Amino acid sequence: MGLLDQKFESGGVIITQVDDLINWARLSSLWPMGFGLFPRPSPRQSDVMIVSGTVTFKMADRIKRLYEQMAEPRYVISMGSCSNCGGPYWQHGYHVVKGVDKIIPVDVYVPGCPPRPEALIGGILKLQEKIRTETLAVPKALLAMMEKQPGQVEIP
Amino acid sequence: MKSAFDLLAELLVNRFGETAVVAENTPLQPRLRIATERIADVCQFLHENEQTYFDLLECLSAVDNGPGTGTMEVFYHLYSIPYEHALALRIVFPRNDASGNLPEVPTVSHVWRTADWHEREAYDLLGIRFAAHPDLRRILLPADWEGHPLRKDYTEQDRYHGISVKYE
Repeated sequence: MGLLDQKFESGGVIITQVDDLINWARLSSLWPMGFGLFPRPSPRQSDVMIVSGTVTFKMADRIKRLYEQMAEPRYVISMGSCSNCGGPYWQHGYHVVKGVDKIIPVDVYVPGCPPRPEALIGGILKLQEKIRTETLAVPKALLAMMEKQPGQVEIP
Repeated sequence: MKSAFDLLAELLVNRFGETAVVAENTPLQPRLRIATERIADVCQFLHENEQTYFDLLECLSAVDNGPGTGTMEVFYHLYSIPYEHALALRIVFPRNDASGNLPEVPTVSHVWRTADWHEREAYDLLGIRFAAHPDLRRILLPADWEGHPLRKDYTEQDRYHGISVKYE
């Protein structure tokens, strides 16, 4: 941040790239989508989904549905060992999905069981770093998909 | 002087006969083994009789003894709030019926509403069917899950809705 503050101080005129402005706005106003814990705004108004616990197969369909209801650009933070890879249930937890990335794409993994509060804040800062480098001109996600499957691009 | 357990055992043996009720003086908790087909009648009697008045089903739990033994058990822990006495019952039955299907035992959900969800859990995880249960659906796992995970010979399915179940 600091980008706008400095510009204000030097004469009240802002000169910036649209990319920078949009990225700054996005990363400064991330609206988290929690579920299961307490009532939240609708997924349609949320920017980032924080998966903060064990994902069971019964929950998997619901999580996928919620993710699909979010408008793009959307991000996912996987918080803690359980949602990263199944955690302690990796071997005998027949009912546990071994990582939420089997259902939806994950942007940032926060390790820990449970993660310390600082670790989650660190994860959000990491996500902001990621958003800061995005650009309207080159849709990186699309390019990555085309590289993976040339000729058959599927827009999710 | 006879213990409360002995008195209860005597009462039930007189009412239902020696083949239907067997007292088991196991060290930690004495219990009564009830003939499987009589369990609902015995529970109804214990609930309604003024001398016993077991108004609370504390817990209904089930055990799989494995394919080697070939039996399963259901335990009933009863408590009477006015009399402050407790009783444990158990039934033993084959893991599968004659044609290899899941076993079926009488329900006690009409005696205690508590048993409704407890029996659903026993059905979900151990595959015990409770005859005449009003709503015998899975209670924890998804409705389209395959198998009953706490049975000793359970192996989980490879995939569920396209997601691999095992860690890979």
